Amino acid sequence: MKILVCISNVPDTTSKINFTEGDTKFDTNGVQFVINPNDEFGLTRAMWFKEKQGATVHVATVGGAQTEPTIRKALAIGADEAIRINAEPTDGFFVARQLAEVAKNGGYDLIIAGRESIDYNGGMVPGIIATLLDMNFVNTCVSLEIEGTDAKAVREIDGGNETIATSLPLVIGGQKGLVEESDLRIPNMRGIMMARKKALHVVEATDAPTMTADVKFEKPAAKGPVKLVDAGNIDELISLLHNEAKAI
Amino acid sequence: MSTETKEKQLLRGGQFLVKQVDCEEIFTLEDLNEEQQMMRESTKEFVDRELWAHWERFENKDYAYTEETMRKAGELGLLSVAIPEAYGGMGMGFVSTMLVCDYISGATGSFSTAFGAHTGIGTMPITLYGSEEQKQKYVPKLASGEWFGAYCLTEPGAGSDANSGKTKAVLSEDGKHYLISGQKMWISNAGFCNLFIVFARIGDDKNITGFIVENDPSNGISLGDEEKKLGIHSSSTRQVFFNETKVPVENMLSERGNGFKIAMNALNVGRIKLAAACLEAQRRVINEATKYANERVQFKTPIINFGAIKAKIADMATNAYVDEAASYRAAKDIEDRIAIRVAEGNTHQEAELKGVEEYAIECSILKVAVSEHVQQTTDEGIQIFGGMGFSADTPMESAWRDARIARIYEGTNEINRMLAVGMLVKKAMKGHVDLLGPATAVGEELMGIPSFDTPDYSALFAEEKDLVKRLKKVFLMVAGSAVQKFGPQLEEHQQLLMAASDILIQVYLAESAILRTEKNAKRFGEEAQATQIAMSKLYLYRAVDIIAQRGKEAIVSFSEGDEQKMMLMGLKRFTKYANQPNVVALRTQIAERVAADGGYTFDA
Repeated sequence: MKILVCISNVPDTTSKINFTEGDTKFDTNGVQFVINPNDEFGLTRAMWFKEKQGATVHVATVGGAQTEPTIRKALAIGADEAIRINAEPTDGFFVARQLAEVAKNGGYDLIIAGRESIDYNGGMVPGIIATLLDMNFVNTCVSLEIEGTDAKAVREIDGGNETIATSLPLVIGGQKGLVEESDLRIPNMRGIMMARKKALHVVEATDAPTMTADVKFEKPAAKGPVKLVDAGNIDELISLLHNEAKAI
Repeated sequence: MSTETKEKQLLRGGQFLVKQVDCEEIFTLEDLNEEQQMMRESTKEFVDRELWAHWERFENKDYAYTEETMRKAGELGLLSVAIPEAYGGMGMGFVSTMLVCDYISGATGSFSTAFGAHTGIGTMPITLYGSEEQKQKYVPKLASGEWFGAYCLTEPGAGSDANSGKTKAVLSEDGKHYLISGQKMWISNAGFCNLFIVFARIGDDKNITGFIVENDPSNGISLGDEEKKLGIHSSSTRQVFFNETKVPVENMLSERGNGFKIAMNALNVGRIKLAAACLEAQRRVINEATKYANERVQFKTPIINFGAIKAKIADMATNAYVDEAASYRAAKDIEDRIAIRVAEGNTHQEAELKGVEEYAIECSILKVAVSEHVQQTTDEGIQIFGGMGFSADTPMESAWRDARIARIYEGTNEINRMLAVGMLVKKAMKGHVDLLGPATAVGEELMGIPSFDTPDYSALFAEEKDLVKRLKKVFLMVAGSAVQKFGPQLEEHQQLLMAASDILIQVYLAESAILRTEKNAKRFGEEAQATQIAMSKLYLYRAVDIIAQRGKEAIVSFSEGDEQKMMLMGLKRFTKYANQPNVVALRTQIAERVAADGGYTFDA
């Protein structure tokens, strides 16, 4: 089985978010980048397939040279080869188009992408890849088992789970549940040393239209201080809840 | 880079005192390669997940958890970074070794002590002095964490005077074994180790001998109870009793009588690693203290807005920054020296020994300085937390207690202070570092008429670098005159040695910080390094004050009359600023940056 794990290079969850160029660009200054958590759950599950079922695992990302530490971390965790598509990611279609092109040439049986990246939260990439490659697709996937070419996937739905039988070739949009947080792997020292020797292919981007462009980003309004209302003053409480909080 | 050019640029140990270094020639944390950065990230993830999240277990004397986490560290390869690949290790360089030691040590002193005792003094004597058979037999197990090591040097009557131990090793009648008997104390990892490095005396030998002793209770080895300690509560510390313990003759380390040398050289490495182990503890305390100061409101404002708190945060961050600069500078010097030795045909073992020994002065300097800084920082951490800091519910209290041991083990700070100056004087006598020439030049300068011109100090650090040069002269003046006066008896004048040592320490640290910042300002721009520039200036200002004070104490202790007057004048001249830095403004600038970042971010 040949697996491609699509990796998005995203700001660490503790990063301070700022914008530049008139609130049209994310300010990467001082920001640390990590493997998108949804992708990391998928990568960890892929490692399980590698170790238990002899799968080969490749990882791919769309990004400039600055994203290489992130995919090299995936190699240190245990992926066999990495592919960097040399282009700045723009919108979801652009990214999916690039990854689909790489996937098509690589002959993968299973493509794992995160359900969404935690930066722009587009949630489109795995679905578009499946469409472009005409592969089966399970989104919000929380469990995946493979036997031969049969796949059993569990999908999270509102208030419960749905178990789906499908077959390879398959694309999943993965998330927590594929593995748990405690299963996530810290690259060990030997893995880090081995990563240096593994192939990291840089391929040029395929032409793809950019269908959307960022016009403006806004941060959520800062929360005001807590207001304490005197226990006897019910009218003020009602007024605040109605007029300010708009909760009633 | 060819060996030849490397050799030219690389200072010998202690030579920093008489030679100026270009900033491009020192290594800084900002020079880590991608692989090292990844190692650091892995180490931090391990600490956050396995140690920091469970720090209260370490406080509750959960010795089993220390052992469990040590095994997990072994699985990640964190115990074998320094060990050659031939013996199951990663064979990484000295900087990488220091890096792991640094970042693994911040969460709890219990773990860092277990880690340091195992990877350093528990393993290194075998990798550095073991025979091929000994290395093949023991090192892979120690590297993987299948086995743990402990180091048995100290005895009830032999602490700082380590060569005075009473433990005996007697050759058996058939000549196949030594029978070791004696009492060792303060043995870290004793409760769960599989192997002891034991130092014992054969017959009436002048020097002790090292042995590898497998832990087997049926072989006359018994343990005392866990010691009740001020800090490092979950580091297993017990007495170890040997009662005619049979040790095969082939388990002798190196040669008979070589034990004291092994013990001292293991400690050299241990000292610089201990310095590294006190870095992340500082960063974590700064992070926690900053977070608290940003959130704690008194008099209707977060307490970070008060100057009294800002001054503390600024000094804490400055100490950590300077300590990083000096520690990684020395680490890379050692790594380069090892590489030169290997290129010259030394075995890796010899090269590593000689490489570290070369910088034994710097190792002692770092051990003293960084262990004292971590103490100050944890103390101020408690102060910022106020009453909460005194409570065992916050990590400040345990950080403060855990920090205390660092000034004691791996040679007390007093022993290390004396060693630093003593080794330097010895090196000068042997001709390895020319102190005499520069000291004579300083003497002549004192007799001459000082220049009253003010040099052009407009370039970044122009005045500071000039000042560092002059601070070096203070040491040469004080130590040079003291050597002249007392000769070999100098070692009996301990108070004087302490003062001289403080001067030496401050020079190395202040210079390292300035060089680190200068190098980074050149590549990242002065604006990006504004806070680091402020920290380097603040540290130098504090160093100048310490040197002026300690210099005066030293001079007055051994001189009188005109000679004393001349030296005091010299001291004044050598510690004089043309432009007094506004340290209040510097501290404010530093603290505001740390507050805005929510902690210490200068190692990123």
